[in-house]
Amino acid sequence: MKTLHKTLAAALVSASLAGTPVLAEDTHPVTGEQLADEQVFTYRALDESSSLDPQVVEDVDGSYIVRDLFEGLLNSDSEGNIVPGVAERWETDDNQTWTFYLRDDAKWSDGEPVTANDFVYAWRRAVDPELASPYAWYMSLMALENVDAVLEGEMEDTTLGVEAIDDHTLKVSLTRPMPYFDQMVTHATTFPSPQWVIEEHGDDWTKPGNLVGNGAFVLTEHVINERLVRERNEMYWDNENNLMDKVVTLVINDENQALNRYDAGELDKTDIPAGQYPAQEAERPDEAHVFPRLCNYYYSFNNEVAPFDDARVRKALSYAIDRNVVVDNVLQGGQFPAYTFTPALTAGFTTPDLEWGEWTQAQRDERARELLAEAGYGPDNPLRTTLLYNTDEAHRKVAIAVTAMWKQKLGVEATLENQEWTTFLTTRSEGNYEIARGAWCGDYNEASTFLDLMQSGSGYNDANYNSAEYDRLAAEAQTMSDPSANYTKMEELAAEDMPNAPVYHYTGIIMVKPDLKGWPYEDVQQNIYSRNLYKVEQ
Amino acid sequence: MFNFVLRRIAVAIPTLLILVSISFFLMFSAPGGPFTSERPIPQAVMENIEAKYNLDKPVYQQLGIYIWNIVTDFDFGPSFRYQDRTVLDLIESGFPVTLTYGFWAFVFAVTIGVGLGVIAALKHNTAADYTAVSVAIVGQVLPNFVMAPILVLIFVLWLGWLPGGGWQGGQIEYIILPAIALGTSFLASIARITRSSMLEVLNSNYIRTARAKGLPFRYIVWRHALKPAMLPVVSYLGPAFVGMITGSVIIDSYFTTGGIGVHFINGALNRDYAVIMGFTILLGTLTIVFNMLVDILYAWIDPKIRY
Repeated sequence: MKTLHKTLAAALVSASLAGTPVLAEDTHPVTGEQLADEQVFTYRALDESSSLDPQVVEDVDGSYIVRDLFEGLLNSDSEGNIVPGVAERWETDDNQTWTFYLRDDAKWSDGEPVTANDFVYAWRRAVDPELASPYAWYMSLMALENVDAVLEGEMEDTTLGVEAIDDHTLKVSLTRPMPYFDQMVTHATTFPSPQWVIEEHGDDWTKPGNLVGNGAFVLTEHVINERLVRERNEMYWDNENNLMDKVVTLVINDENQALNRYDAGELDKTDIPAGQYPAQEAERPDEAHVFPRLCNYYYSFNNEVAPFDDARVRKALSYAIDRNVVVDNVLQGGQFPAYTFTPALTAGFTTPDLEWGEWTQAQRDERARELLAEAGYGPDNPLRTTLLYNTDEAHRKVAIAVTAMWKQKLGVEATLENQEWTTFLTTRSEGNYEIARGAWCGDYNEASTFLDLMQSGSGYNDANYNSAEYDRLAAEAQTMSDPSANYTKMEELAAEDMPNAPVYHYTGIIMVKPDLKGWPYEDVQQNIYSRNLYKVEQ
Repeated sequence: MFNFVLRRIAVAIPTLLILVSISFFLMFSAPGGPFTSERPIPQAVMENIEAKYNLDKPVYQQLGIYIWNIVTDFDFGPSFRYQDRTVLDLIESGFPVTLTYGFWAFVFAVTIGVGLGVIAALKHNTAADYTAVSVAIVGQVLPNFVMAPILVLIFVLWLGWLPGGGWQGGQIEYIILPAIALGTSFLASIARITRSSMLEVLNSNYIRTARAKGLPFRYIVWRHALKPAMLPVVSYLGPAFVGMITGSVIIDSYFTTGGIGVHFINGALNRDYAVIMGFTILLGTLTIVFNMLVDILYAWIDPKIRY
């Protein structure tokens, strides 16, 4: 009898120690909304994710899954602000040396504590030539000390600018000051990884049953090209604030079929196919959502080949694009007409007052005709060119609209050419084009993620833009604590030289069931954490 | 018969080798590579990746290593796109799925197709014949990418009887739509082939003799007509069966069954060399094996055929 009492008491104590189960409360702790009994979120992913290994994953869908299974030093909240993750606080004096203090209650899903060494291991792993991660470039972007030498195999990975002072203190040394470094450690590549698990299972460590993570969810099922299921991780340090029990990813390649399955009640969230937003919005205003994203869409002129080595020709073609028509009549998804390369919503970016952006379209067209005539093209000598884009219905529509505007307003004879994605990328990076479609999504919420693309030495500079002044401003910006003035000047310069014609800035267009709450519509980077989502009783 | 099988296997090996070599060189002639991305990978990183996957070696050497690994270790290499998985993992996870719905598509196509064909032939030039022929023509002209959305519209959105996709470990309700969508056009072909072949047989001399002897018509059809009439159908079934169990890009991507069909197209688009090769070999081997089985079946159906 005595033993029974002891066991009972022990059970009671452990039950209370395990924390109050949130579901028993039935209401949201902050908003007080009535919670649904079943907290399961099912959504559509366009494609199977490239990997579940934080240091290897490359795609957006895969990064989201990895964010659920692992947790980095810092997280972002529903508005995209930086909030503590495994690190409860962090400090820097000069933006070049950063110290992160790790919480002591963070655990891996197998119960091991998360330590600074797990981050050191992961970051060294990311640049390990043997792992050969395609995303190793991200570590290089973070400007960690000696990163390039380690990638080239010239230096040992122990010289990489990251060290564990003790179990809960991580020190990071950079080659230059980087005011936005805190943002960069919300990215999956920087997440910790469990050395003992990777060493035990090798390449199989990301399979269900093997995978050990430190995120709010654990992987329970993974069928390639069909589904991935993750369920609540009881070991997660903030488990009591996680309202979601289970998240299911369904791979559905076809967006229209995905919408069918959403209609059939199989999905809580899906994407709206191009051009269908107005119809969905009219029919189901509380389910169709549109929100700005940190991505741009542009046409690159090949600045090295005639006639696009002449800024007047580039400007003329750019001016003649009626961006409102593209956005309102072709795409119809709330996109923003673009007159700058960097989206206006980018943090710390002040949009310059660009003259051509203020003009009416008639004024722009007028100026375009003048510029093209100055460059020697007119009715007797029409400009002939080719517009290259990657095969896609939406890109085709935009290309048809834009070339029609050029033809009608300027008499430009533009031929359309489309290529399948990989072929397109190869052609464009080899410079075998005259005008090519381009798009870019920010890696972090800071203007340099966009403006770096136009630096002459950048590997992404497909337009082959080469301006000493632009490069100087970019280099100077890297050492400034507030580079926003330089960013504005760089945009002004880009408006003057027009190496690319910005067309629009993207929006996210999704369908979400009315009972799903907590979606971060305000976060332009769309860093989703499933533990912030919940379902309310309908 | 044993010699015949041996001979076929002896021919199959060089055939496969030629197939592998041609695919290998064709694959490398496409622009770009598995790691071509919108964000060009820095030189040092790219060199590490190429070294890891042997992409830094000349193509003929890569081909040699590839074949050597298959022969010695049955190792088809890692997938470039799904970096946590090997090609064998992809086959293991996807092939049972495709095999399952492909098999049911086959059963569906053969039973209904042969049934329709026989009825049409027996009731030649009657309403039943015209109906069967119409069904066959409609099935033929509706490609599976049209069939699939129509089925989804009816059974998922209107009636709400079946799920719109997924696999869930192969539960029956997840198999029905992919099997029907995949099987319909095969069904149509089988019905047409059966009908014309049956008509021909029914008009032949020995059937006339059998009828003159006063044998019951049902007995004539079952005992004497059906077997020879199946000969052209069987020769069609071999490749058709391979076509069905290796799935279809459209069925797999539309219903996201997790089957292997999508790997053919995705492998090519992603330049996932190992995946393209692995699935080419799988498809090639299956085709050779089933053609051989069909030849063996021939001999059984038609005793006049000798190997």
